[in-house]
Amino acid sequence: MDLSRRLFIRNGVATVSLGIAAPSFLTAIAEAQGIRTRNLVVVYLGGGNDALNTLISYRDAAYYSRRPSIAVPAGQVLQVGSDAAGQPLGLHPRLGGLLNIFNEGRLALVQRAGYANSSRSHFEAGDIWGTANPQSSTGSGWLGRYLDALPRPLDALAAWNTTAETPRALISGTSGVPAIPNAGTYTYASPNRGAAALQERTAAQTMASNPASGRPHLAFVNSTARGAIETLDRVALATSYTPTVAYPDGGFADALQTVAGAIVRGIGSRVFWLQTGGYDTHAGQGGGGGGAYANLMGALGDGLWAFYSDVRNQGLAGDTTVIVFSEFGRRISENGSAGTDHGAGGLMMVLGGSVRGGLHGTAASLAPGHPTLENNSGDVRYETDFRSVYARLLEQWLGVSSVPILGGDFRAGAPAIF
Amino acid sequence: MATVNPEIDHLLRRAGFGVSALDVDIYRDMSHTRAVDYLVDYDGRPDDVDERLGRPDHALIATRDLFAPDIDIEDARQRWIFRMIHSRRPLQEKMAMFWHNHFATAYSKLAVDSGERQAAKMLAHKPGALRGPQGQIELFRQYALGNFRDLLIQVAQDPAMLIWLDGKSNTKARPQENFGREIIELFTIGVGNYVESDVYAAARVFTGWNLRGSADYRQDEYGDLNAYQEFVYHADQHDTGDKTFSFPINTSGSRTIASRSESAGMYDGIELITALAIHPETGRRLARKFWNFFISEIHAPDPAFVESVTAVYLQSRTEIRPVIRHILTSPWFTNPAMQFARYSWPAEYVVRSIREVGWQNFSVDRARSPMAAMGQQLFEPPNVGGWPLGAAWFSTGTMLARTNFAATLATSQKAFLAATVAPLAQSPQALLDALLVRVTTAPLDSAPRQALMSYLAAAGSWTGSDEQLNTRAAGLARLLVGSAEYQLV
Repeated sequence: MDLSRRLFIRNGVATVSLGIAAPSFLTAIAEAQGIRTRNLVVVYLGGGNDALNTLISYRDAAYYSRRPSIAVPAGQVLQVGSDAAGQPLGLHPRLGGLLNIFNEGRLALVQRAGYANSSRSHFEAGDIWGTANPQSSTGSGWLGRYLDALPRPLDALAAWNTTAETPRALISGTSGVPAIPNAGTYTYASPNRGAAALQERTAAQTMASNPASGRPHLAFVNSTARGAIETLDRVALATSYTPTVAYPDGGFADALQTVAGAIVRGIGSRVFWLQTGGYDTHAGQGGGGGGAYANLMGALGDGLWAFYSDVRNQGLAGDTTVIVFSEFGRRISENGSAGTDHGAGGLMMVLGGSVRGGLHGTAASLAPGHPTLENNSGDVRYETDFRSVYARLLEQWLGVSSVPILGGDFRAGAPAIF
Repeated sequence: MATVNPEIDHLLRRAGFGVSALDVDIYRDMSHTRAVDYLVDYDGRPDDVDERLGRPDHALIATRDLFAPDIDIEDARQRWIFRMIHSRRPLQEKMAMFWHNHFATAYSKLAVDSGERQAAKMLAHKPGALRGPQGQIELFRQYALGNFRDLLIQVAQDPAMLIWLDGKSNTKARPQENFGREIIELFTIGVGNYVESDVYAAARVFTGWNLRGSADYRQDEYGDLNAYQEFVYHADQHDTGDKTFSFPINTSGSRTIASRSESAGMYDGIELITALAIHPETGRRLARKFWNFFISEIHAPDPAFVESVTAVYLQSRTEIRPVIRHILTSPWFTNPAMQFARYSWPAEYVVRSIREVGWQNFSVDRARSPMAAMGQQLFEPPNVGGWPLGAAWFSTGTMLARTNFAATLATSQKAFLAATVAPLAQSPQALLDALLVRVTTAPLDSAPRQALMSYLAAAGSWTGSDEQLNTRAAGLARLLVGSAEYQLV
C-alpha cells in the first residue's frame, strides 16, 4: 500500500483515512465509463406537492373561490407569461430563484404531469413514479435500470443517494447505490489508532469482501459495508469543496452543496438523488402567500438557485440537469384545515444550462365541470405522461435508449425540454 | 457469557433484544415453551425499569439540565433505549416498537403544532408527576399484547394522532381525509382491499373527533407543563348522514353505517373501527407484518402461516397476546433455518450490542445520533408508513453508521472488555472464541474468520499483555459488532 496515510480524531474516536487517490486517476475511470460530463440531479418533493400553488393560474376565478384561505393573491405571483392555452401563470412569490432561471430560459415547467387513474396513496404513488409503471409499485426503478445498462464494471459511486433509504427509483438489479445522507460523518472509526486501526480497516474490508455464497442476504449487507469502505476517500474529496456562493441553511441546501462538490471535484458520480419533505400539507398551508407552504417554496427555490449559480460559476451548468417532481398533486378545493388532501396531476420542473426553458403543457381550468378535471372535478386530470419526460431525459440527456428502460415507447408527445 | 442455547438465543433476539449476561441465569433451565410463556406473560413481573434509571450498575443517561423524559424528546429517547436494555419485560418494549412503527407518528410535526414540550408530552408522558393523558408510547406499552380493536379506538382518540393525521380539524363542513385514509390503508386492511370512496366516507365517519386543550393550555413553549390536550367529540361537527363502504360494516353484511343523531354520532367511528378490526384482511396484514418481525425477512410469508395466525386473531376477537404466543411456539418460529433470517432494526442492533459488549459508564445518549444516522430516530419515523424495513435499512451510509457505532461502543468498553476476557485469552484463538460467545453473530465463514485471526496475528507474538488485550479485544469487538453477520438477527 503506497498511498499516503492520514489519521485524525473525531468525537473521541480515531478515524482512519487512507490518502486520497489522485483525482486524475478518478477522472480516467470516469472518462472510461463516459460518466464525467453529464450529471442528472433528481429532487423528490416528498408528500405530494400542491402544484396549483407552485405554478399559479392567477386569472382563474375558480382558483380563488375554491381556495379562499390558501390562494396566493394575484398581485404577488411571479409572472411567467401564458401557456399554450392562453392561461396566464405565475410562480409562487417565494420562488424568486426559479424565476431567475426561468428568465434565463433554463427552467422548463411541465404542467399536469402524471398518469391515468393516479394513485392517491403516498406509498403506492411514490413507488409508481419510481418504477415508471402505473401498473406496478414493486420491483426495480427507472434509474436503477439505467445504471444496470451502463458498462461494467460500474463505479461504486456512479450514483449517489443523499437520503438514508434507497428510493424505489434507484433500486437496481445489479448495482447498489450508496446512500450518503451526511457526507461529513462518512468516515471510518476505530477504537484504536496507528497500525492497529489500519489493520482493523483491512480486516473489515476483507470480511466485507466475503462472497457469502448461499446467503444472498448476508452478501447484500457485506456489499454495503464494502461499498462504504471503497468510497470513503472520494466522498471526503467532495466534502472538501468550497462553494462559490452562500447556500441557505437547511438539510436540502446542505445536500445540494455536497452534490455541487461531487460534480465540481469530478468524483465520478453521474446521478444524484435528493429528497425534501413536508409537502403533505393537509393542514395550515398558510394564506396570503405566506405560512408553511411559502416556507417550503422558499427552501426549494433558494436552494436550487444557489446550486444553479454555484455550478454555473464553475462552468458546469451546461453539464448539469435537475428534475423536480412529487408523487401527486393535491385536491383543488382546500379542506377545513386550510390545507389540501391528496390529488392527481402535478408539476414537473426541469432546469439546467442545457435545458430549453418555458411553459410546457396547459394548465387545468379549475371551474367544476371542465374536462381538464377529474374525480367529480375535485382533482386535476393529467395531460403529460411523466414517463415521456423520463424518456426525453434518458435519450437526450443520458444518451441511452429509453424503450428497454421504461418498458415501452413514451417518446411521442414528450415535452421539448432540451 | 451471553448465550444460553441456540433456540433460546434466537427467541431472545426476536422477542427481546438479545441475551445479556444476567439473562443466562433466568433462561438456562427453561424449555422453549416455558421461555415463551415467561416472555409473553410479563404482567406478573414489575415494570420497574424506570425506577432503575441512574443506578450505577446500569447504563447511564446524560442529564443536560434536569432529566425530563415526559416533556423533553431527547430524554424520552434516552428513557426508551434504557428501557430496551434493562426492562424485565423485553417483549413489551419490542411490541411497543412494533406499534410505534405500525402507527408511525413523528415528533417534528407535533412540535410545529403544539411546541416542543407539549409534543414530547403527547408522545412520551408517563402519568404520575404531571396531569394529562398518557403519551402515545405509553399507550403502545399498555396495549403491547392487548386487544387490537381497542388499541385502534385508543389511537383514533390519541392526541398525538389527532395532530399527526389532522383529525383535530375534521369537521362536517370540511371533512379531512388524512386519518380516514391511513386507518384503512396502513393501520388495517391495506391497499387492494378498498376503493377511493371508502376514504371519503371514513373521513365523514370521524368528523367531530377533535382535540381540546385543558383550561390552562396555551400553544407556546412556556405554558404550564401540567396543561394538556385531549380528545373531544364535537357532536355539532359530526356529519350525521349515511356512510357507505365497499366492505361489510356489520355481521349482517350491510355496507352502510346508518344515519345517527349528532349526540350518538361518535358510535359511527366505533362501528367502522370494529368492522376494520374484524376484517380478515386486517388479520392477514398483521400476520404478514408479524412474519417479518418475528420469523423472517428473507423468506416470503408462508400462506399457511398467514392463515393460521389470522384464524387465531379472529377467534380471539382481535386479542394480540394469543396471536404472539401462537407465533412464538409455531413450527415456523422454531425452524432453525429462520435463525438470523431478519435484518436488525437500528434500535435492535444498538440495544443488543450494548447488552452483549457492555454498558459500563456508557451513556445511552451516545446511541441517539448514531441511530438517526442508521435511519431510525425514535419518535421520528419518516412518514405514516413507518420505517422502510428489512434490506432497506442497509446502504453504505447506514452500514457505516452501524460500524462506527460499534467503534464508539468498543472504545467505551475497552478496559472492561480487556479485564473480562483476560482470564480466557491465553492465545489469539482463545480470545476470538471468548468474544464469539459474548457477541453472537450469524455463522462466520472461514474467510472472515481468517481475517479476524490475521488481525490478531498482526499484534505480534501473543503475550496477553495489557496492551495487547486493550487493543485487540476492543478491535475484535468492533469488527464483530460491525460485521455484516452481526446485523442479522
